[in-house]
Amino acid sequence: MNTVLALAFAAALAGPGAADPDWARLPGNPAFKSVLAYEDTRAGVPVRAFELMRRPVSNADFLAFVRAHPQWQRGGVPAVFAESRYLQHWTGALDPGKAAAAQPVVHVSWFAAQAYCESLGTRLPSWTEWEYAAAADETREDARQDPVWRERILGWYANPSSRPLADVASQPADVHGIHDLHGLIWEWVDDAGSLLMSADNREQGGADKLQFCGAGALSAADRENYAVLMRTAMLSALQAEDVTANLGFRCARNLAGATP
Amino acid sequence: MKAILALTISAALAAAGLAGVANAADAAKIGGTAAAETVHAVLTSPPQVPPPTGRSKPAKVVVELEVIEKELPIAEGSTYTFWTFGGTVPGSFIRVRQGDTVEFHLNNHPSSKMPHNIDLHGVTGPGGGAASSFTAPGHSSQFTFKALNHGLYVYHCATAPVGMHVANGMYGLILVEPPEGLPPVDREYYVMQGDFYTVGKFREKGLQAFDMQKAIDENPTYVLFNGSETALTGDRALTGKVGERVRLYVGNGGPNLVSSFHVIGEIFDKVWYEGGTHFQENVQTTLVPAGGAMIAEFRLDVPGSYVLVDHSIFRAFNKGALGVLKVDGPKDLAIYSGKEVDSVYLGDKATTLAAVDTAAKSAAAGTLSQEEQVAAGKALYAGTCSVCHQDSGSGLPGVFPPLAKSDFLARQKAEDLIRIVLRGLTGPVDVNGQRYDSVMPPMSQLTDDEIANILTFVRNSWGNQGDRVRKDEVQAVRAATPRAEGAAH
Repeated sequence: MNTVLALAFAAALAGPGAADPDWARLPGNPAFKSVLAYEDTRAGVPVRAFELMRRPVSNADFLAFVRAHPQWQRGGVPAVFAESRYLQHWTGALDPGKAAAAQPVVHVSWFAAQAYCESLGTRLPSWTEWEYAAAADETREDARQDPVWRERILGWYANPSSRPLADVASQPADVHGIHDLHGLIWEWVDDAGSLLMSADNREQGGADKLQFCGAGALSAADRENYAVLMRTAMLSALQAEDVTANLGFRCARNLAGATP
Repeated sequence: MKAILALTISAALAAAGLAGVANAADAAKIGGTAAAETVHAVLTSPPQVPPPTGRSKPAKVVVELEVIEKELPIAEGSTYTFWTFGGTVPGSFIRVRQGDTVEFHLNNHPSSKMPHNIDLHGVTGPGGGAASSFTAPGHSSQFTFKALNHGLYVYHCATAPVGMHVANGMYGLILVEPPEGLPPVDREYYVMQGDFYTVGKFREKGLQAFDMQKAIDENPTYVLFNGSETALTGDRALTGKVGERVRLYVGNGGPNLVSSFHVIGEIFDKVWYEGGTHFQENVQTTLVPAGGAMIAEFRLDVPGSYVLVDHSIFRAFNKGALGVLKVDGPKDLAIYSGKEVDSVYLGDKATTLAAVDTAAKSAAAGTLSQEEQVAAGKALYAGTCSVCHQDSGSGLPGVFPPLAKSDFLARQKAEDLIRIVLRGLTGPVDVNGQRYDSVMPPMSQLTDDEIANILTFVRNSWGNQGDRVRKDEVQAVRAATPRAEGAAH
């Protein structure tokens, strides 16, 4: 009850602004075709309208969060919530050092990302919400069948990660007004831990299937969409306390008045 | 109280060294012997191969393999972001012995963007280890397997999308030696073919991106040995010496193409086809399937450069599948002479030029006979003169005067004939009662020997009777004759 109230309150604060500078509104899709095939979702997965941060969370954003919530400062987080490399690219617990304020924050665990969003009265997007949002390009809501869209994503994989990350929102916004869903970092999603299992958990062990050879092709609805498969493979390789040099996050929230 | 007592007893047993029994039992379960030693595998970068294990017993072998994504040259001036096992394409060579228990550590470098795993074709078990080695960036996985079968095996990354991981260079070879080891050779090398798909064209400069559509179409931009057009050429060529035995461990990572592996100028004495137990002998070209390997052995007999190719030959010359094995040492002319003769080939105009050789040798030895001159002259006449004067010496009536039974010819002294050959002959001449008014071009490109032989032949053929013409006569006339305008040389 408390949670529901808090959510409603936060949503009310944010207001109904379609021109919100930080949040983009996505209309949803009653039958979104995910790249992942589940036995019971042949007709598509429903995605309700929701709002997503226009930019990934930056170092500056995250610094403000750890100032306000000292239990999430580096060194003070139990190892079960964040491994030893949590925020290791910062110089100190409250000093990002060479990590530029506008670069996306990385080296954050799922728990830390989740806590950040919760501190705003929001949540991490689900995989389906993320995939739905990320299907867009600058002009279309669903550009996934366009080879050019795919090539752009694959082009990011070809960039050696020894190069410094770009600042958030240095790529153009997509049709929803959202930046950097591709081409900058991996992003945590709310259900990363159960990502590759079927929606109702009937297929225990399904998470292993994408990890090798032919099985990967079996559970993918769109085998040619390697670009998105890489993301699911990446997320399924991680535990919730893990961090990597290319993994950050952004938050999502329900629409005001929408039933959660 | 009882529990504590039991613990104490087991601790005492352990202290007395009996815990070793439990370890031995464990070892036996996974097939080791009681006292299997632990060794760390020596890994090498291509084209080098680790030394033989040299062990007569199985051991526990610890393999530490690091996955690292890095930008490396794919051709002169072009780079590509390879995903590698051990920082090279192909990945580090792993060498173990049949019966070894391999403790495999896969370490994914923290700078990696991707999770990776490894499927070793030498592993018996689900996914070849892939299911147990799925490793996020900055993590390390461990699994253990027993090397049940000997042979040469490919290993590769099997993370989705598998094709892309393989196309980016994630493969290598693991050799499981038979218990008795492999026969010693002088040199061993590690070569692995792969096909690569870039958005840019072949040899386009700069960092090249992966092209998924080309990969799906199986239309590679590059087909390479050891991950670069220059991996096995120039200073990086493989080397050997005459008399040495060489063993090549050749794999094919694919992802798409099958290799028709061939070494130009060598015959493989033995090929352990498909990397298996049996060998074929005297092989020119052998197939290496994508995701397969073979071992080839041969003796180096003749010095020179031997070119490794995929004999699907456009791949070699237009997509980069070339390597060089440079062999130094003394020549063995009995096996290969090198170039002995570079002579004019006259097609159907040619009679054997052996007679010319014979005459040249005799001339050098001072024993040149008229018969030898005639034989040599006949061959040379066929190449130079017969086009006009005809093989039969009959010429063409009204156009080219006859030489056979020619009264004109019979009237000429040797030096006149020599001069005609050197300077040509223009204007009217009467031969056997017929007038000819045409042009014979100068033939001063012929050597003194050749002219002497041709004229000796003409003077002693078709019923003509005349003296030999000697080389020194030609020499004298040539010295006194200005070089003709329009001479062929």
